[in-house]
Amino acid sequence: MNVIETSELGKRYGKSWALRDCTLSVPAGHLAALVGPNGAGKSTLMNMTAGLTVPTSGTATVLDGHPAGSTAALNGVAFVAQDAPVYKNLSAGDMLHLTRNLNRHFDTAFARARLADLGIPLNKKAGKLSGGQQSQLALTLALARRPRLLILDEPLAALDPIARQDFLAAVMTAMTDDGVSVLLSSHQVAELERVADFLIVLSRAQLQVAGEVDDLIAGHRLLTGPTAEADEYASRLTVVQARRGDAQTHLLVRTTAAGEPAPLGWEAHSVSLEEIVMAYLRSPGVGEAAPPTRVQRPQPTEATR
Amino acid sequence: MSVLTLPAQPGQDTAPRPLPWRRMTWVTWRQHRALLISIPAVLAAAAVVLVIFGLKAHHDYAALVNCPLNQGQQSSACGKMFSNFNSNVWPLANALSILVQLAPVLIGAFAGAPLLARELENGTYRFAWTQGLVRERQAIAKLALLGVTLAVLAGAFGWLFSWFFQPFLWTEQINQLSEGMFDASGLVFPAFTLVAFMIGAFLGMLFRRVIPALAATLGAYLALRLGAWALHGQYPVTVVTSNAKLINAYETPGTPGFPWILNSWFTGPGGKPLSSAVTSRLQDLPLGGSLPPGVTEWFKYIPLSRYWPMQFMEAGWLLVLAVGIGAGTVWLVRHRAA
Amino acid sequence: MTVLTTRASRLDRDARGESRPVPWPGMLWVTWRQHRALLITVAVVCCAAVAGLLAAGLRIHHDYALVRACRPAGSPACQGLSNFFNTTDWHQGAIVHIAVQAAPVLVAMFAGPPVVARELETRTYRYAWTQGIGRVRWTAVKLALLGSLLTILAFAVSQLLTWFFAPFMTTQQLTDLTPTVFDTSGLSYPAWTLVAFCLGAFLGTLLRGTLAGMAATLGVYVGLAAATWFYLRDHYPAKTFWPMQLFEAGWLLALSAALIAGTLWLVRRYAD
Repeated sequence: MNVIETSELGKRYGKSWALRDCTLSVPAGHLAALVGPNGAGKSTLMNMTAGLTVPTSGTATVLDGHPAGSTAALNGVAFVAQDAPVYKNLSAGDMLHLTRNLNRHFDTAFARARLADLGIPLNKKAGKLSGGQQSQLALTLALARRPRLLILDEPLAALDPIARQDFLAAVMTAMTDDGVSVLLSSHQVAELERVADFLIVLSRAQLQVAGEVDDLIAGHRLLTGPTAEADEYASRLTVVQARRGDAQTHLLVRTTAAGEPAPLGWEAHSVSLEEIVMAYLRSPGVGEAAPPTRVQRPQPTEATR
Repeated sequence: MSVLTLPAQPGQDTAPRPLPWRRMTWVTWRQHRALLISIPAVLAAAAVVLVIFGLKAHHDYAALVNCPLNQGQQSSACGKMFSNFNSNVWPLANALSILVQLAPVLIGAFAGAPLLARELENGTYRFAWTQGLVRERQAIAKLALLGVTLAVLAGAFGWLFSWFFQPFLWTEQINQLSEGMFDASGLVFPAFTLVAFMIGAFLGMLFRRVIPALAATLGAYLALRLGAWALHGQYPVTVVTSNAKLINAYETPGTPGFPWILNSWFTGPGGKPLSSAVTSRLQDLPLGGSLPPGVTEWFKYIPLSRYWPMQFMEAGWLLVLAVGIGAGTVWLVRHRAA
Repeated sequence: MTVLTTRASRLDRDARGESRPVPWPGMLWVTWRQHRALLITVAVVCCAAVAGLLAAGLRIHHDYALVRACRPAGSPACQGLSNFFNTTDWHQGAIVHIAVQAAPVLVAMFAGPPVVARELETRTYRYAWTQGIGRVRWTAVKLALLGSLLTILAFAVSQLLTWFFAPFMTTQQLTDLTPTVFDTSGLSYPAWTLVAFCLGAFLGTLLRGTLAGMAATLGVYVGLAAATWFYLRDHYPAKTFWPMQLFEAGWLLALSAALIAGTLWLVRRYAD
């Protein structure tokens, strides 16, 4: 079951496209990390899947086929926008009450307990809380709705390092306990590397690569070899990024067959997720959308160039 | 280790620099562009209406002015012209005059309340108040530039309205010194606009939120108008006379209505006051009619010739009030931690 | 590291329940809490108006009764009573009448635009419109609750005003059809209040700002009122009081419905 499916999704503001030709499928039960530079289209993609923005082209469906923004989608999806909007003149307790009244499901006891645990007072106006506390409040409200999909737009930005760890732990707990799927955007790839099992890379309003983290790591290798031979191999392999020195060239390649030995005279190393992300970000246009993941299909399909 | 030191240059680094008016004009224009375009646009549209109707009113008035005002004395032609004027032209003029009364408070509320409160509400004061030009000077510049601009616009509009309303002073027997007319003309109209604007800005700084400040400005302006109205009788422009003809001048074509009689009383022979029983019987007699011998009727009133002195006086204290409220606003800007 | 691992209660996931809409009554508290300042102000103003109308009205009725009962009619004493009623009492009555007539647009100016525009301006719609209830239902219920409340209050105030003003109908020789009287009696007053509120909501949403919405509401309302006074009423199909009232209330109600529909349509297609 795919929690998010988009097909040729695009959004144009005036003459410029904030996102175009985005086709991806995020399977259920994953924490999908959405990464990319500022202005890449992350918020646009999230706004469209949350139903806040109407696409200019293409479609977005959530939770196995419900159109984004429909009643079923709103019931099952909890969204926390960038900078965690809360009503500044309402207290945290008021925000709890508000969210309970606006949704079918709301776990008040859980929300109160979590806020108490975080030390967020219920009777203080939300505008007077610190930025980190506002983020935590917004996340608490979203988690307490018991959604099947949680969409978080840069939730870690206002949090200190310890709070970031706790936040991610709370999200992971929700995933394991309640089977919540998560789409989370961030700049901090290294931090997400430990928790994310699905990756989406956007750059310059285009999807660069999307797929399961395990598959991506297994499917990319760093080849190091003499520069003189680089061109010859580059034309035969799917090169994501090439770093040429006078003597040595590093090629980050996408492989289709695992365990294939490196060409003679060349060394092969595995790459980390962060290296993969950075390579795709520095070389936009190299990747195309990864095919739908294995969940629905009996065998993996080839990534095409 | 060498340390670079620069000697302080007296007179250059220590003297306070003058306010950069040119730059603040650009900043004010750019930040309040919507306001500075929409208010003149609305006033211009209203001005067009006033001009069109005013020309018609003046045209009809020119024909009417030779008719007697007293219905009983009018010829049938005069009667028809009058009834036509009163049913077709006067109702709209009346409605417009009520709307014009609202102009100062609306301009003041919509321009003044958000002036500073908006920055406080959406947090941009954290940028504006940490710039090189200190916050009080920015506030002074904005209040002065916008205040003067709005007052000038209001003054021009008020002058146009005075021209528009001039025929009705006679046909409806309205006195220029009466409440509705006095405050909507001359210097007092722009003065009220300026004060309303300052009140709006002050309350905006006080409440730090736009909508409550707007609502409070409406209330405060109402109180101000009532206060100004109560003060009307206190200006040193009153005249005491026993000449009823000065009061009773409405038969003369083209003159406006009764002047504002603040008080009237009767005295008996030798100037002695009369008993209340006698006075109440005398009050039933028609104005300007013959009185019993020895009895004089006295009037304390404000003659029309005192219009401009009174305008200067009222505009004067309104201006002082505006400057005072503006100073209070700047004080709040300086001392409010936000 | 503190992590909350307990779940106090676990909600059953009901597959059918997922697509049923969120129940309406929840919006009652939401509307109250988000518009508390406005509702309290309206309540205070209304109470003050009712108290004032009652107090002044009782005195005016009393004075009028004295005038009517004064014997011998035409005597200076009775003339004095009558003069007093026609100057001081009438002065007060006229001012009260004007104030009550102006109230709807002022209240609507503050009540209508913020409902949607404030969410857009403060960008909290990104929270409000992603909750289970959905943006259209959220807006519709709020507007319905606030609009109904204001209309009912307006009806009550206008009935009280009609009672308050009754003596002056005779002494000032006014009729039911005199424009200012027609505006504040019967169904006309609540209908104008409702249309003012709906105008505010629509223009606030259209212009995406509270202040702009307020100014526009004032302008459009004044224009509509002027057009009705000077032109539209002459073209009604009826010329007596109740048929005219019904006709005016009718088209005002239709206009209100259209404005609400327009507001909901704007909300539905709003995109950042």
